[in-house]
Amino acid sequence: MALPKHTPLNYKIWHYTYLTFCFLVFFFLIAPLFVILPLSFNAEQYIHFSSKMLALDPEGFSLRWYEDMIYGTKNPWGLATKNSLIIAFFATIGSTILGTVAALGLSSRHMPYKAAFMALLISPMIVPLIISGTAIFFFMAKVGLAATHTGIVLSHIILGTPFVVITVTATLSGFDHSVTRAAASLGSNPVNTFMKITLPLIMPGVISGALFAFVTSFDEVVVVLFLAGLENTTIPIQMWVGLREQLSPTIMAVATCLIVMSTLILVTAELLRRRSERLRGINR
Amino acid sequence: MSQEKILSSDGIPLEESLKKAERKNKLKAVLLVAPLFLFILIIYIFPIGDMLFRSVDDRMITKMLPKTFIAMEKWDGQDLPDEPVYEGLYEDLSLLKKNKTFGKIIARLNYEKSGFSSLIKKTIRKIDKLEEGNYKEQFIKIHKRWGQSEYLVALKNTAPNWSYAKYLKGVDLKFDEKRNIIQQDEDRRIYKTLWLRTINVAFWVTIFCFILAYPIAHLLATLPMKYSNLLMICVLLPFWTSLLVRTSSWMVLLQQQGPINDLIVWLGWAADDNRPELMYNVIGTFVAMTQILLPFMVLPLYSVMKTISPSLMRAGKSLGGTPLVSFVKIYFPLTIPGIGAGSLLVFILAIGYYITPALVGGASGSLISNNIAYHMKSSLDWAFASALGTMLLVGVLAIYWVYNKLVGIDNIKLG
Repeated sequence: MALPKHTPLNYKIWHYTYLTFCFLVFFFLIAPLFVILPLSFNAEQYIHFSSKMLALDPEGFSLRWYEDMIYGTKNPWGLATKNSLIIAFFATIGSTILGTVAALGLSSRHMPYKAAFMALLISPMIVPLIISGTAIFFFMAKVGLAATHTGIVLSHIILGTPFVVITVTATLSGFDHSVTRAAASLGSNPVNTFMKITLPLIMPGVISGALFAFVTSFDEVVVVLFLAGLENTTIPIQMWVGLREQLSPTIMAVATCLIVMSTLILVTAELLRRRSERLRGINR
Repeated sequence: MSQEKILSSDGIPLEESLKKAERKNKLKAVLLVAPLFLFILIIYIFPIGDMLFRSVDDRMITKMLPKTFIAMEKWDGQDLPDEPVYEGLYEDLSLLKKNKTFGKIIARLNYEKSGFSSLIKKTIRKIDKLEEGNYKEQFIKIHKRWGQSEYLVALKNTAPNWSYAKYLKGVDLKFDEKRNIIQQDEDRRIYKTLWLRTINVAFWVTIFCFILAYPIAHLLATLPMKYSNLLMICVLLPFWTSLLVRTSSWMVLLQQQGPINDLIVWLGWAADDNRPELMYNVIGTFVAMTQILLPFMVLPLYSVMKTISPSLMRAGKSLGGTPLVSFVKIYFPLTIPGIGAGSLLVFILAIGYYITPALVGGASGSLISNNIAYHMKSSLDWAFASALGTMLLVGVLAIYWVYNKLVGIDNIKLG
């Protein structure tokens, strides 16, 4: 942001202070993530920058912690990754279907007590996780689903649906209902109209809701801590256990992989958001 | 002019036909919402109700000593009770011994009054040797505490099925022997400190987030798209990154041999052998939580600022306002919905935060959630964990309610 030439000095000072402050905040936001990347390639067993690393000596770097992550003896990450992916997959499908269908109902202008239903359906997002974890644990223990994949998937569906409901409702708010009426007048039945007209139009919202649900499940640790047995361990649980014992370079390697994954998700979500805005004609 | 009703094509009055269609549409909408509603009701709302129930449920002793309590109803609680109470005790305890289920009752009674543990254990050990009749005398012979009315009063005090004792414990209060509410013993008063610390941390994290987020949200909203999109990544990447990854990066940064401490030593602010503790205390909790929750403040602020037309500020200036005056009188008031939404999100998330304080907070930086988890997983006092959880829940819902009254909940937006 260039300032006009005639700007008085005190405004100039103010302006550059403001920019510096903003720069520092951005640095504060993003820099901690980048500390992890180099440390995961550390050749030594310690979590600090060795003198060889700082001198950019190739000997200071290695892939041994990635090897340890994949092939290490008593390696928990394989099982954890498998469990995390299975749980997140089913939780995402469940949340997306339930959330999208509910959002369709909530967006209808005929829906009675809309605000009350909305508040109830997004309540899992507002209630602190520790409370959700406690309550869900009592329930799952009672019905015998504690320490099962099913129990964890069900609780992650609960935690994921609010995001789907919110994103899909937002997409539907810009939805032109005359197209569905047009489809009906041309003889299409409601299911057909939904599959061929409505769904493709609200797809960006559905997918970004699904992404939220996926990330929620994939990162979720509080509820899983209450519910999981040894067999249901997930990546967040293993990280939690590892971080409580000792910071190890292997955890840095896992964290790096997770950062790469979140970058991919971010790019997807951004592309979808732009597409959705373009479709809704916001960004013309 | 005829008063005839307008008919639709199939001969039914239009009004009725419309009403019918309306009902049908309403039913359709409700049916669409129903699956998720029922799902959340059964797996989420009922369990939370169950949690409330557990926090006040105190039927265990009543169930385990049924005959004793029936006999006790006739006792005034002044002098020692008469024979029937001891007879009831004899029958109940014999049954407990036979079923080997007296462990829980010992813990519960000893919590009510210390000394019960040895009393019950000794009684149960010797209960088979008792002869029929005159139980009162025989009980006192087994242990002299059966002859002290304060123990029997304490026992009688556990009779009600419902108790809010756990809630009193949650604010450092308790019942004395005469059921008066008094302060907890000095060395056991920890919960008031914990609540105050939790609120304090949540409050200051919200303030810090606001101070850091406001300028960058403004920058993001006013820069041309191609720059702001790039900078937006700095906000969104942490937002999408796993909480544990972000916490572990703070553990790397804040550890004693970590980069921040290196920098402090290099700058000469501290000696190398006297590095400051940045982690496992409340500093760690503050710094890490502020960075982790910052995106939740930036995004609502950004989405509000994006809608404010820059011409408003220009108009303010052209009317003679200095930039400061135009900002205070025009820009700032327009951003209040964003400030409200962001602060609500950050405060509510912070007040229930568990993972980060548990990893970087240590003992002095742990919050109420950590205590709830401790009682759920280690001390196994689920009733107390439920009581603390309920208190936290009521607090969060109250904040939510106030916010809804002041700003309106519809302003919450994601990304």
